[in-house]
Amino acid sequence: MPSDLEIGVFVFMLATFVGLEIIRKVSPLLHTPLMSLTNAISAISVVGAIILTGSQDATQLSKILGFVAITAVVTNIVSGFLITDRMVKMFKKREGKK
Amino acid sequence: MAHLVNYLYIISAGLFILSLKWMNSPASSRRGVFAGEIGMLIAVAAAFIKAQPIYNLEWIIAAIVIGTAVGIPIAYIMPMTAVPQRTALSHACGALAAALVGTAEFYQRQPKADTELAGFVMVALIIETLLGFLTFTGSLMAMGKLQEVLPQRPITYRNQNAVNFLLFAIAAGIGVRMILVPTDTFLFPIFVALALLFGVLLIIPIGGADMPTVIAILNSYAGLSACAMGFVLSNNLLVVAGALDGSSGLILSIIMCKAMNRSFTNVLFGAFGQVQTSTGKTEQRSVRSASPEEAAQILESATSVIIVPGYGLAVAQAQHKIRELFDNLMRRGVNVKFGIHPVAGRMPGHMNVLLAEADIPYDRLVEMDDINGDFPQCDVALVIGANDVTNPKARTDKGSPIYGMPILDVDKAHTVMVIKRSMNPGFAGIDNDLYYMDKTLMLFGDAKGFVSEIVKELPARVAA
Repeated sequence: MPSDLEIGVFVFMLATFVGLEIIRKVSPLLHTPLMSLTNAISAISVVGAIILTGSQDATQLSKILGFVAITAVVTNIVSGFLITDRMVKMFKKREGKK
Repeated sequence: MAHLVNYLYIISAGLFILSLKWMNSPASSRRGVFAGEIGMLIAVAAAFIKAQPIYNLEWIIAAIVIGTAVGIPIAYIMPMTAVPQRTALSHACGALAAALVGTAEFYQRQPKADTELAGFVMVALIIETLLGFLTFTGSLMAMGKLQEVLPQRPITYRNQNAVNFLLFAIAAGIGVRMILVPTDTFLFPIFVALALLFGVLLIIPIGGADMPTVIAILNSYAGLSACAMGFVLSNNLLVVAGALDGSSGLILSIIMCKAMNRSFTNVLFGAFGQVQTSTGKTEQRSVRSASPEEAAQILESATSVIIVPGYGLAVAQAQHKIRELFDNLMRRGVNVKFGIHPVAGRMPGHMNVLLAEADIPYDRLVEMDDINGDFPQCDVALVIGANDVTNPKARTDKGSPIYGMPILDVDKAHTVMVIKRSMNPGFAGIDNDLYYMDKTLMLFGDAKGFVSEIVKELPARVAA
C-alpha cells in the first residue's frame, strides 16, 4: 500500500497538470474573476482550520490561531465567491434592446 | 464516517475543477462560480463531519459568522477599480490562515513526540508557514502600493538583492535545521519573523506597473501554501485545491511576464524604471494638440475606431464616460473596438472588468494579438491612459528598456489620439515616440473630463 505521502504527491502532480491545462484555456477576458475565484477556492484551508480548532486536543494557542484563521478564510470564501459572481455577471454579450 | 468524508472531498475537488473549467467563457462563467460555491459548502460540511466529536464549536461558529459579516460588504461595496487591492488583501488573508494553521499544528504536535512531526510532514509544514507568512506581508505591501498608501515607485537601497538573498538564506537555513531537529522549538518564532520580514522586502522594490505579475505570483504562493497544508494534514482535497490555485497563479504570471518581455527574476529583482531617466531628455520635440471639438469631429467622420485603455482610465474612473462615447459612436455606425494589452491595469484582466462594468459588450474587447492586425485599417486609435504598451520603441530601439515588449501597434492607425494629462513620461520613465508623430494628436486633460467633453460635442453635431 502506498503511504499517505505518496498518494498525496501523486494527487498533487495530477492536480497541477489538470490545473495548468484548464487555466490555459480560460479567456483573458476573465483573468480578474479567475483570480478571485481561485482565491476563494484556495480558502479550502478552512477545512484544515476547522479540524484543527475542533479537535479535542486543541490547545489554547491552537484555538486562538484557528479562530483567526477561520475568520480570515471565511472572509475570503464569502467575498471571493460573491465578488466573482458580481464580476462575471457584468460580462454581457451585446445589449439586448436599446 | 471516514468514507463519507472522503467521498465528499472527492465530489468537492471535482466541483472545483469544473468550476475553473467553466471559466473558459463568459457564457458559462456564472455556472463556474456556482460549482465552486457548492464545492466549498460540501468541503465545509465534510470538515465538520470529520472533526466529530467537535470541540470548541462556539469558536468555530463565531469565526464563521464574523468572516461572513466582513466578507459580504467587501464583495458588494468594493468598486471595480479597487478589485486589485481586494485581491491582494484576500491573498494576504488566505496566506495568513494557512500560516497560522501551520503554526498551531507545529506547537500542538511538537511537544508530544519527535516522531510525529518529522521527515516530510515537517518539510511540508515549513514550506506552508514560510510561504504563508511571506505571502501575508508581501500581499499587504502590494495592497498598500495599489491603494497608494505606500509609494508606487520601487523603494530601493544599496545591496538590496544581497540583503534579500541573505535573509532568505538564513530563513531557509533555519527551516532546514528545524526539519532535521524539530525539537528546537525556540527557532520557530525566529523563522516566522524572518519570513514576515522577507515578504516585506521582496515587494517594496517592485513598482506599480509590475503589480499584475506580482499579484499573480502571490496568488500562486497562497495556493501552494494551502497545498502544503494538505500534505501536513494528509488531506488530498487541500492538495488538489491548492495545486489548482498554484497553477493558476503560475500561468497568469507567465502570461504577464511574456506580455512585458521580462523574466520572473527580472520582475522580482529588477527594480524596473529607475535607471533610464537619462535618455532622450535633450531635445524638445514638438507635439500637436487638439481640442475636444476637433477630436469629436475626427471621431465622427471615422468608420473604425480602436480605443486603447490603460491604467489611467482606472485612475480617472472614466469607464462610464467611455461607454457613452462608445454608444454614441456605435449609433453613428462607427465600428468601435477596444484593444486590450495583457498588462494594462494593475492586475491580469483588470481593463476587461472595468469596461464590462460599464456595460460594454465583451465581444468588443479584443486581445492584443487579435487586434494588432486591425490597426493599419483603422481610422482612429484613441489611447486613454495607456503609455508604455503603445510605445513603438519597444519594436525598434534596442537600447530601450522596454525593447522586445509586445505592444499594441497604435502607430499604424491613420490617426492617433492620445488623452493624457501632460507630457510626463510613463511609469518606465521612457519617452514615447508615438506622441511626436505627425499623425498624432495629443488631447491634454483628465481622461474622464476629456471624454465627456467629446461626448458633449458629438450630439450637438448630429442635431445641426
